[in-house]
Amino acid sequence: MLELKNLTKKFDKRIILDGVNFSIDDGKILCIVGQSGAGKTTLLRCISGLERADAGEILVDGKKFDPVNTKNQDSVIGIVFQEFQLFPHLSALENIMLAPELVLKETKVQAKEQAQDLLEKLSLKDKADLYPYQLSGGQKQRLAIARALAMKPKILCYDEPTSALDPALRDAVKKIIVALKKDGITQIVVTHDMEFAKQIADKILKVEVLKK
Amino acid sequence: MNYILEILPSLLNGAKLTLEIFFWTLIGSLPLGLLVGLGLTSSFMPLRALLRFYVWLMRGTPLLLQLIFVFYGLPLIANGVFTLERYDAALFAFILNYTAYFAEIFRGGLQSIDQGQYESAKVLRLSYWQTIRKIITPQVIKIVLPSIGNEVINLVKDSSLVYVIGLGDLLRAGNIATSRDVTLTPLILVGIIYLILTAFCTYILQKLERHYSYWR
Repeated sequence: MLELKNLTKKFDKRIILDGVNFSIDDGKILCIVGQSGAGKTTLLRCISGLERADAGEILVDGKKFDPVNTKNQDSVIGIVFQEFQLFPHLSALENIMLAPELVLKETKVQAKEQAQDLLEKLSLKDKADLYPYQLSGGQKQRLAIARALAMKPKILCYDEPTSALDPALRDAVKKIIVALKKDGITQIVVTHDMEFAKQIADKILKVEVLKK
Repeated sequence: MNYILEILPSLLNGAKLTLEIFFWTLIGSLPLGLLVGLGLTSSFMPLRALLRFYVWLMRGTPLLLQLIFVFYGLPLIANGVFTLERYDAALFAFILNYTAYFAEIFRGGLQSIDQGQYESAKVLRLSYWQTIRKIITPQVIKIVLPSIGNEVINLVKDSSLVYVIGLGDLLRAGNIATSRDVTLTPLILVGIIYLILTAFCTYILQKLERHYSYWR
């Protein structure tokens, strides 16, 4: 279970997040919905340690968790970025294998086996040796998901997963998210797309633009 | 023809020194340049200021002056404690100078990498140096290769400046033969040898650029 208590984030004097509280049970899907500029992405960045919150705390399974300093901790948070941020100089397979090898110290054989399983699961099996520039938008997204999953995160976060995709692919993402839920993965989806959120979410958190 | 064969060994001997300086300068200044380039993009202000000053100093004064200063000047300042052999002094000055140029090139390359690449590496829990080694450096190399190539070609020719501290490089060997035998033939040969060296560099650089073209 992931809990946020009174999470606050300011940039200079501008308050972006003002005491956000929520909790999400294991294996559930939480959608964070709101207009652009409401701080959805900032919230995600605080949870994943890309920004340091100014106040409040994050608890994982009841224990205090500092996402900024994750040394010697299990992988807790994985992220699928809006722009995917795949590594352009590595093939699909290498994109997935890199972190398990370097960080989890898996052997090349282990990492490769796992990466191939993930590629198969996300229907990218025949794309293993292609480079990101050779993949379509939807394929890139699935590769980004596979790369995040390879680190075996407790919680997988998505930043605007539907924004770069055409409507047909929206359903494909939905299917993937729902399928991962069946595997017991906790997921947080940031989106401005209320319809999409309603279709997949167990719980919806609305964030609003703070008035001065 | 006989004359050419006669002077060729001394020219090739000079070319050997030219190549040594060229080679060791690259070995030293490329990695150092990357490090200084990283420092130039650092968020730690004093480090950035210090490195900017260094780059300004190295790019703002002639390499010839730097050579003279390292070889003749340093021993004077250090009261004879810090004296370098001619060859070491030359290498020292060249590496200092070229590191500055390479650092600026690497800085440009580093700044053109999307911040998201660092962030996605961070979320995958790669350490800073793992990120630099495995994610950033390969991408930067591809970006900076053409500019680095330019400097590499320059270095082949710049190495001729070592004559000023009395080192016998290719150009000096040619000069000696020319003034001794009163003929331009040695200098023509010197020109040809430089052309062969730069053609070789160009070829290697092309190969490297092609090697990095497997991704975009």
